[in-house]
Amino acid sequence: MSQKITSYQGREITPDEVKEGKYLDIVYKFEPKYSWAAGVAISRFLTELKDGKIVARKCYKCERILVPPRMYCEQCYRPTDEWVQVKDTGTVNTFSISHVGTDARRLKTPILVAVVDIDGASPGMGILHNLGEVERSKISVGMKVQAVWKGSEERQGAITDIRYFKPI
Amino acid sequence: MWNATNSDAVTIFPRKSYSKQFIADFPDGFLPFQIGIVGVGYAGFDSMTPGLSTRELMFEAATRAYEDAGVDPRKDVQSFVCCTEDFWEGISITDEYMPDQLGAVLRPLCTISSDGIIGLATACMHIMSGIADVAVVESHSKISDVVNPDEIASFGYDPIYTHHHFDADPRFLAGMEMARYLKETGTKREYCAQVAVKNKKNALSNSRGVHGADIDKGIVMNSQIAASPLTELESSKGIDASIVFVLASAQKARKLGDQTVWIKGIGWSSDTPVVEDRDFARSEYVEQAAGRAYKMANVKSPASYFDLAEVDDTYSYKELQSLEAMKLASKGKAGKMVDTGSFDADGRLPVNASGGSLGVGHLLEATGLHRTLEAVMQLRGQAGRLQVPRAKKALVQSWRGIPTATGAVAVLGN
Ligand SMILES: [Zn+2]
Repeated sequence: MSQKITSYQGREITPDEVKEGKYLDIVYKFEPKYSWAAGVAISRFLTELKDGKIVARKCYKCERILVPPRMYCEQCYRPTDEWVQVKDTGTVNTFSISHVGTDARRLKTPILVAVVDIDGASPGMGILHNLGEVERSKISVGMKVQAVWKGSEERQGAITDIRYFKPI
Repeated sequence: MWNATNSDAVTIFPRKSYSKQFIADFPDGFLPFQIGIVGVGYAGFDSMTPGLSTRELMFEAATRAYEDAGVDPRKDVQSFVCCTEDFWEGISITDEYMPDQLGAVLRPLCTISSDGIIGLATACMHIMSGIADVAVVESHSKISDVVNPDEIASFGYDPIYTHHHFDADPRFLAGMEMARYLKETGTKREYCAQVAVKNKKNALSNSRGVHGADIDKGIVMNSQIAASPLTELESSKGIDASIVFVLASAQKARKLGDQTVWIKGIGWSSDTPVVEDRDFARSEYVEQAAGRAYKMANVKSPASYFDLAEVDDTYSYKELQSLEAMKLASKGKAGKMVDTGSFDADGRLPVNASGGSLGVGHLLEATGLHRTLEAVMQLRGQAGRLQVPRAKKALVQSWRGIPTATGAVAVLGN
């Protein structure tokens, strides 16, 4: 609205009018399918998750330990040098409790999302994951947590092989 | 507010000032320019690259390009341009995934969803405007990651009134263009097949030539019909690769080494998306793009100016249409010239001596960069078995593929 225009002519479209087909639209379900190559770094990362381990890559130049691992250091712009196993414990860097699902519905059970800085990796290197076995009101930045893994026969080489991180 | 971490990123690079007479010679406002291609690198050129992620493939290509140019992307590059399309990547807002592997973290980067030659044009503008002295352009294809590419190509048709008529491979548009082109120009059907024969044969000498073959016109014409009259062997097939270019201002390029290839003119143009409204027989958008590039580069007689050309051959007839649009052949004559060998690797004007998209493979939005790569290798004298003797001036041209009517053209020289 501007100073010159204070109201627009028109009226609301009613749900019934839409149902009657008064306003035309085209509905199409677009179904692209992908099969992404995980690549050298993430393939190894996922394979190690299957074995219940978290691995990182070390850059000899800046001496950072990168997790999730990358074959290149984005700061030094050079290939990373070495695989390093890091711990499955860490610290909550930040978190949010999501009350809304992807379909815009209010969630009965809110989702606890956190970035967990992993012990053994460089500061600020973490994994975005869920928190579990914790009361919502007890979650805090700086909380120490540990991965809760699926059973070895259930793990399939995916980030969900870690069920969630719980407080320790 | 631009909060760059590196002080050199906010430097405005002084541009050379042009004399009044010099500018007066370019009445349409085009300033003469020379942007140097000072480095090139690539990785992939395979039907599948299952061992590498897209980002790892890009890192390999970019590392080679920076090594080739002798630049450090963390210090020496002020602008990065990526040419990608979200649906081909399978990620929304793909641009956000581009910085790390290019050395572009916390540096100016933008993604444009268009062909790589338009990316080169964008980088040229960044350099000419003075915000960058060195700019990088990347594009890639990871088509092997896409399970149903036809679904994505079809989705390029107008969603409301074209898309739903046909449950057909999107190439029917190419078939229709080809039919109209053949009819209007009187070009013989078999001349299109000869384009595929020539390019696939050329690709046998190219280490990047995934789809090279020694076949004759009969085999091409008798291969399965995709969308009549177009056959399967006249349709290029998607492959994977990443290609990276390092561009620099003239001043900077002279400091960076002695194998600079110059961009002397560049143009691009888009026709209407209403496919029914287009002139199916000719590529008007290529005519316009070439006209602009020629004007910038002061090319008066294109047919005799160039030593080689790498032009669109996504489909066989496209090469003929493109050659005519760019005045490398007169209307309706390109087919005959292909058939008589004028555009062979050792002909009067080698066209797609690399094998083009039919012989090497199609690279989605990186296709224009592929053509530029082949031309740059030629102009540097590094094309190996493909080398065109005494190559000094090259023309490169791309088309964005079905169902687009966008083309880009660049004039290169050494
Ligand atoms: Zn580093």
